[in-house]
Amino acid sequence: MSVTVEIGRRDDRPPVPPGGAGWSCPKCHQPADPAAVRANLQVCPACGYHLRIGARERIAQLVDQGGFRERWAALKTLDPLEFTDLETYPERLREAQAKTGLTEAIVAGTATIASVQCVLAVMDFGFMGGSMGSVVGEKLWRAAEMAATEGLPLVAVCTSGGARMQEGILSLMQMAKTTCAVDVINEAGVPFVAVLADPCTGGVVASFATLADICVAEPGALLYFSGPRVIAETTKEELPADFGTAERNLALGHLDAVVARTELRDKLANYLRLLEGGGTPERIRARRARSRSPRGLVDAAARRAKALAAHARRPFGRGDREADVTPQDFEA
Amino acid sequence: MGEEIERLTSRLKTLRHEKRRHDAWLTVQIAREKDRPRTRDYIALLIEGFEELKGDRLRADDPAIVGGLGWFGGQAVVVIGHQKGRTFDEQQVHNFGMARPEGYRKAQRLFRLAERHKLPIFTFVDTPGAYPGIAAEEGGQARAIAETMRNMARLSVPVIATVIGEGGSGGALALALADRVLMQENATYSVISPEGCAAILWRDAEFAPEAAEALRPTASQLLALNVIERVVKEPRGGAQNNPVHAANELRQALRETLAELVAIDPAARRAQRRERFRKLGAFSEGSVAGAVINALPSLSPRPQRDF
Repeated sequence: MSVTVEIGRRDDRPPVPPGGAGWSCPKCHQPADPAAVRANLQVCPACGYHLRIGARERIAQLVDQGGFRERWAALKTLDPLEFTDLETYPERLREAQAKTGLTEAIVAGTATIASVQCVLAVMDFGFMGGSMGSVVGEKLWRAAEMAATEGLPLVAVCTSGGARMQEGILSLMQMAKTTCAVDVINEAGVPFVAVLADPCTGGVVASFATLADICVAEPGALLYFSGPRVIAETTKEELPADFGTAERNLALGHLDAVVARTELRDKLANYLRLLEGGGTPERIRARRARSRSPRGLVDAAARRAKALAAHARRPFGRGDREADVTPQDFEA
Repeated sequence: MGEEIERLTSRLKTLRHEKRRHDAWLTVQIAREKDRPRTRDYIALLIEGFEELKGDRLRADDPAIVGGLGWFGGQAVVVIGHQKGRTFDEQQVHNFGMARPEGYRKAQRLFRLAERHKLPIFTFVDTPGAYPGIAAEEGGQARAIAETMRNMARLSVPVIATVIGEGGSGGALALALADRVLMQENATYSVISPEGCAAILWRDAEFAPEAAEALRPTASQLLALNVIERVVKEPRGGAQNNPVHAANELRQALRETLAELVAIDPAARRAQRRERFRKLGAFSEGSVAGAVINALPSLSPRPQRDF
């Protein structure tokens, strides 16, 4: 069921391009200065409408300056089923790569978010609808495994139309694989926070994303397993106007919070600090002991202590975008 | 001469294509066959002294998933499966095997029961998919499926899933994060129904036979992809032609698979289950000399390319 059916029908919300003139909000139609919209993290200054953003822009918004190091970028997609619909899968992949400049629908690596070290995985809806195929599943697995072995929290920003049909059953299996990845980080006792951005549907919400310790969404994001069209066709039910919105999901008890993009970075850092129990040395040691593999633990503890020392100098402020910890500090 | 060869080669290609198309789509039809044995039929034929256990212990009982306790060759087991109906009335009651969140929560509490009492679990998968309704969505369908899978990932007892009819999407997978996945010869297992796939990618549900072929949903195809461990034979023409015979084949497969699993240490079994799903996927790693290709069977002699 599920997947990509509905998504094309919504406003396509291109992020405001640099130097773009004459921009007006697709929701409130208020004209705004493109530079101001960009500075406001691609949120309409007038009505708070959140435009869709790509993985690279998301990462730039969340991490400290110099605070992201991409990993597993060499993973490449194959065409295991030699899948052809109206186009071949390789053709669709090439188009998506040309359009987004990405190799796949997810970018992952190590990051510092407001001085908190973590493993960060960010999906990109512009790449084949953010669909989850083998490479997305494998990067999430590696991100989770690194979080578990290094004792780092995992942050996933999810936006997806669901499973990638062109990989057939193997895309369905990524739901199982990423669920097992969550089991790995749960067993290691490291925090996992998921941010659901518009839209987040199908196999992604029915697997790792909603299994996070803390699961929040951006305002107005559409979240569902089965899309409105599938529901209407199957059940003939009349959908409420706000079906699937983050706000409705919050009221129904499916989310921890709805967090505006402008607040997201600080919120994430706070969640991670809280889940790490304030990061006392005892807690850190306990977490290390629980983590499955001894690899890199000593180094990780040293890095953590350094990050904490940096954090102690500036415990509650948003801080500037200067890196407290350079990328080299947490390169494994 | 050259022209003739070309013509014949192209004709051969067409015929092969038609045969393949025929195969996958025909299997889809058999998997959906009205008279095909369902979970309750196999319970009646394979499980002695079955005691059905209802309810999710929260708010409802979902008849689209049935479960309970029974004896399998002298071993007490927990059985959980999607239940489709046969008659129209039955289909209504069981909602065509399309489970709601309460169905998945019932499965979860039965998994916990099995875990507490160290009972092996058999699941039977037979659903077009999870129920796509407003109440189901707003009752937490996505999370219910995800949590059911996480429950299965954590089991220390052996768990064997068998796809006995349609294995449709996440609604099917929710009961199939198992140590071993078996599949009857004429069952299908797919990320999306051929009709749904055709409607999206071909923009026309009429292309369902083409989509069925492209999705490779049959047991032999999934065995080649390492998605399942074993194909369970069916009587000629399908299990509906001789349910007792089909059940005997399934009994044999379950008995052998269970014997294999009980011999493994519980912690190792759980780790192996995780590893089983970790390995599913096809990708290469460009920086490594010689592509690392995971779980990639040779579906054709063509070399795999990177993108």
